[in-house]
Amino acid sequence: MNIVIMGCGRVGAELAAMLDEEGHKVTVLDTEPYSFRRLPSAFKGKALVGDGTDEDSLRKAGIDQADVFVAVTQGDNRNVMAAQIAKHLFNVPKVVCRIYDPLREEMYHALGLETISPTTIGAQLLKEVILG
Amino acid sequence: MYIIVVGGGKVGFYLTTALLNEGHEVLVLEKDAKRCDFISEQLGSVVVRGDGCEARTLAEVGTERADMFIAVTDEDEDNLVACQVAKHKFKVPRTIARISNPKNEKLFKKLGIDVTVSSTNLILEHIQGEVPTHPLVHLLTLKGGGLEIVEVRVPENSPAVGKRMKDIAIPPDSVICLMIGKWGAQVPTGDTVMEAGAQVLAVTRPEAEGALRAALTG
Repeated sequence: MNIVIMGCGRVGAELAAMLDEEGHKVTVLDTEPYSFRRLPSAFKGKALVGDGTDEDSLRKAGIDQADVFVAVTQGDNRNVMAAQIAKHLFNVPKVVCRIYDPLREEMYHALGLETISPTTIGAQLLKEVILG
Repeated sequence: MYIIVVGGGKVGFYLTTALLNEGHEVLVLEKDAKRCDFISEQLGSVVVRGDGCEARTLAEVGTERADMFIAVTDEDEDNLVACQVAKHKFKVPRTIARISNPKNEKLFKKLGIDVTVSSTNLILEHIQGEVPTHPLVHLLTLKGGGLEIVEVRVPENSPAVGKRMKDIAIPPDSVICLMIGKWGAQVPTGDTVMEAGAQVLAVTRPEAEGALRAALTG
């Protein structure tokens, strides 16, 4: 599959490396080239400097041919905006978006975005560990 | 009207001042504590410190009874999200977003933001208006209907010069409303003859702009 990942932080880089190892065609986008140090040296995909909320950067990253778009930058709003561009302007079949704020996540989920809130999931996991 | 303004920067501050002067009930949401202090010193208790993208903050300031919601922070994505939360969660009838990247206009419209104001485009249009050789200048976009008012200067060598209005092949949906020539301004009829160097105000559709310009400037 053609996968575009926006944000090369810990999660973005880890996800990119995993998908790349499984043989998918991965492109990672980040505004800060220094972030690409997190990618393993064996990474065969593309690492591009660019802003995922900008249509032209997304086009350069091959969003037109992408099967999947994942938004995992630090900014909830940036993720939400990029995900909506991918979904509504480029019609990418599968768009996943990380949103830290649970309330915002709930709303965008209701609006039809596929969303993940690490806050809710993390708190839930911790609670299970604590209470056994 | 109850109006919520997100972002107490320069734009937010002067906008709030103007809206207060018009007698509206205005509330500004601003994240920065110092900026909040400044605004309340200048304008009184019209500011609440908080994130205009957070549903909880918006609930606290009574967004569900707001008539208008205006997001004017520096970040396009923040303005988008704030307006979307206001629209979808609090059913605010009119949302307005400031955008810096003109490319975002289309996206914001598609995502249900009622009005976008692109400061970059506004500045560009004004600069274009000051460049005398520029053939077509946007003056105003009319609400609804997708029409706009443009200004065109008809050059000496234009094929339209010397023709009667009814013989100039302007695109359908376009109307020449005013011709300002040597003898001053006049509302042209079908028999009015186009003067060389005239300044013309016309109503048109954005997609017909090219054809209109071609008909009037050659």
